[in-house]
Amino acid sequence: MSLGRRLAIIGGFVGAGVLGVGFWFARERDRLGDRRLFNLKPDEAGLNGWVKIGRDDSVTVAIPRAEMGQGVQTALAMLVAEELDARWDQIRVEEPPESVVYRNVDILIDSLPFSPEESGSVVEAAHWIAGKLGGVLGVNATGGSTSVRDAWLPMRTAGAVARDLLLRAASRKAGLPVTDLAIVDGEVRKRDGAKVATFGALVDSVEGLAERPPPPLKKPAEFKLIGKPLPRLDILAKVTGRATFGIDVRQPGLLYAAVRNSPTFGGEALGFTLKQGKLPKGIEKVVIVPGGIAAVGTSWWKAERFLDEGVEVKWQPGPAPGLDTPGLWKRYEDLLENGEPALTRTLGTVVTTTSDRQQTLTAAYRAPYLAHTTLEPMNCTARVGPTGVEVWMPNQSPTLMRLAAARTAGVPQDRVSVHTTFLGGGFGRRAEVDLVRQAVSCALVLPERPVQVLWSREEDIRHDCYRPMALARWRAVLEMAGDKPKLVSVAKRQVAQSPSEQFPVRTVGLPAQKQPEGNAVENPPYAFPHYQLDAMVADGVVPVGFWRSVGHSHTAFFDESFIDELASALKKDPFDLRRDLLVGRPRHLKVLETAAREAGWGTPLPPGSGRGIALRASFGSIVAQVAEVSVPDGRSIAVKRVTCAIDCGPVVNPAIVRAQMESGIIYGLSAALFGEITLTNGRVEQGNFPDYDAVRLAEAPVMAVHLVDSGATDIGGVGEPGTPPIAPAVANAIFAATGKRLRSLPLRMADG
Amino acid sequence: MISLSVNGQVHEIDVEPDKPLLWVLREDLNVVGPKFGCGVSACGACTVHVERSAVRSCSFAVADAVGKTVVTIEGLSQDGQLHAVQRAWIENQVPQCGYCQPGFIMATVALLRENPKPSDTDIDDALSNICRCGTYSAIRRAVHRAAAILGGAP
Ligand code: FES
Ligand code: FES
Repeated sequence: MSLGRRLAIIGGFVGAGVLGVGFWFARERDRLGDRRLFNLKPDEAGLNGWVKIGRDDSVTVAIPRAEMGQGVQTALAMLVAEELDARWDQIRVEEPPESVVYRNVDILIDSLPFSPEESGSVVEAAHWIAGKLGGVLGVNATGGSTSVRDAWLPMRTAGAVARDLLLRAASRKAGLPVTDLAIVDGEVRKRDGAKVATFGALVDSVEGLAERPPPPLKKPAEFKLIGKPLPRLDILAKVTGRATFGIDVRQPGLLYAAVRNSPTFGGEALGFTLKQGKLPKGIEKVVIVPGGIAAVGTSWWKAERFLDEGVEVKWQPGPAPGLDTPGLWKRYEDLLENGEPALTRTLGTVVTTTSDRQQTLTAAYRAPYLAHTTLEPMNCTARVGPTGVEVWMPNQSPTLMRLAAARTAGVPQDRVSVHTTFLGGGFGRRAEVDLVRQAVSCALVLPERPVQVLWSREEDIRHDCYRPMALARWRAVLEMAGDKPKLVSVAKRQVAQSPSEQFPVRTVGLPAQKQPEGNAVENPPYAFPHYQLDAMVADGVVPVGFWRSVGHSHTAFFDESFIDELASALKKDPFDLRRDLLVGRPRHLKVLETAAREAGWGTPLPPGSGRGIALRASFGSIVAQVAEVSVPDGRSIAVKRVTCAIDCGPVVNPAIVRAQMESGIIYGLSAALFGEITLTNGRVEQGNFPDYDAVRLAEAPVMAVHLVDSGATDIGGVGEPGTPPIAPAVANAIFAATGKRLRSLPLRMADG
Repeated sequence: MISLSVNGQVHEIDVEPDKPLLWVLREDLNVVGPKFGCGVSACGACTVHVERSAVRSCSFAVADAVGKTVVTIEGLSQDGQLHAVQRAWIENQVPQCGYCQPGFIMATVALLRENPKPSDTDIDDALSNICRCGTYSAIRRAVHRAAAILGGAP
């Protein structure tokens, strides 16, 4: 892409943002926030927008990100606790009010259509603009594995500022010079160790103290909490059944709504007839909602049954009622051959000479649509009252939910409050606004009654915003040098719909930018003599969205499978070839070598078994995995063991990093072994776990996670980077075990 | 009117006899620890005990629970003491999003009643619940640990 074109795209994004969502704050602000910002109760004093102390000696940290299992409450609270020198048992967490202070800047930086490898003034300018955008009209969002990366400086700074304030408060109260005081284990002490004041005793003493510039942050060698596997803050609630998820919200007068969405994508309900001529007992209303129809009553179970048996719906079909998967593949194949790339990128020097000593190696790969299937099905609770709209929802972006609720209800955004519950899984699905629109639509016709919209699993699987299906073709040119083949160039063409094209249109109403999704077009880390990428963006009515690791989830399979095929063609070991190609990439190399070493790469395995390796950098982290697979009968695939190495820069909580790697591996493995959404007559064929299955204990491999310390100071994400390498690692292991190369996901021996 | 004993309390409720126990618990008794994940007995999120055995309450008519004792995750702790399985879960920091965990914990308690020293294969066979966050290796460790605690380990 040319420099001018890139700037035009950024300009387009900025311009669209200003026009479309100009009511978002237009002033850049200090991200520390005001001392009165954070929901202060009578026994509490705010130290800045992120931290407050209580008379009970507690320290409460603002967590504006969604806890969906990734440990974000714990990890973010650790950043504050570290600089504040608080004790871990003092720490509480609470959702702060909506404020620009809490918006996620990093998620916008990651959304830019560049490879993070690119540097130079254009990219830096783009990052700068995105940083401004994040603060100016950005969103409070959880996704893109950005939470800790985004909070790393602001939340540590908040802790340091809070420490400074408490020291000054104690100094004033005790009449001792500030330089004689320190915070140790969550209380103020004299340098000689004598106790001066607990935090609880300082609640009334911070009033009136002037703001001061933030003191310097600790050096990594001074960290006491960061880097330790501290226990998570949400565990007790989650083992006693007391954690409140979206579907557990109970408000006085609560009604439940079941929904049937349009069977075809993009369709709407036009009307309905009641088969019995009237509503049965327990059903209060039937409501046409965006994309479907809802039955609202005193029992969700009853409303579900009523929709099945008691209502006839007249549907306006969507624009492509005949869509089917074989037809889509044909269209994608045509695009692959003849499509105009939306993005072309080349690296290295073009080799134009041809000789009869050259051979080409070509391989095409496929990945299907995937549903997210968070274990908690989609839901949202809303109430519309005289003062405004209240929403309770497991969601990944309160900013977007608020905007969608306000637009649906026709009220200004400041009349909407959004309460984010625990999320029973997010994986990208809960950044979408379909549920909030439906819940507010129901609540509008039942004023003052909270209405909880819940989708059945079937609605969830059939009406997702899917991981795009994708097709790629790699081609390598090899040349015989003596009797050894040598690599001349590689090129990839790939076709997929773009979630980053669809998402802003669907959620905010921004104009479409026909760009491939950024993660799907990141540069490979390998020093190919010459590399060319042509990325085609397919049109389509199928909604596509952000699925854990987004474009990496399919392109890692394409790329890392092909590297293995290249290794065969070059008669090299797949690990050795990767190592040779990781020129000038010491971090990648160390991660790759760690995974291989820890997995016993090259040591013998029983017949019918094999190891496969794959490497992928994503969201600022580098992950390599070695899968050990056995195919005992030539038909069934058993993944026995996965060895994973990650370099995510500074580690906040190693226990959480390990858990996230295991989580990402299992999520990716479910997709690699079972995940496939197919269409017929414009409808999704799958509907529940029996036909869209997930890995269970019996299929779960033994996993070992190794944290690699390369001394890097940039912090990387951990929620998503564990997912991309597993599918290619397993496919490569199947090849090692059986000689069969599987080029389609999900992996099925019958396809080989 | 039917009468239902849940976590040691008897409730008189007016519900259809074929209403699944899960929805009676969640909608009529405000016991929301058991979760809805699939509604077709495929994920185990709704697991509770009926007469000390694990059942998937989404596919269990409330009529079949009449006259029997129902225990949910909320009723597992006794006298303010966490159950050994819950303690093992905390020690191993099992939950991620946590949504599947009430079901897993209830299934594990029932498993350990029948098989106090399960092998990995026994665990795989008995716990066919789904965890979309992939906490399986922590669950395996925690089940063994719970077995040890119940067997008298400190
Ligand atoms: S909700 Fe009962 S098994 Fe899934
Ligand atoms: S912890 Fe999230 S589904 Fe198991």
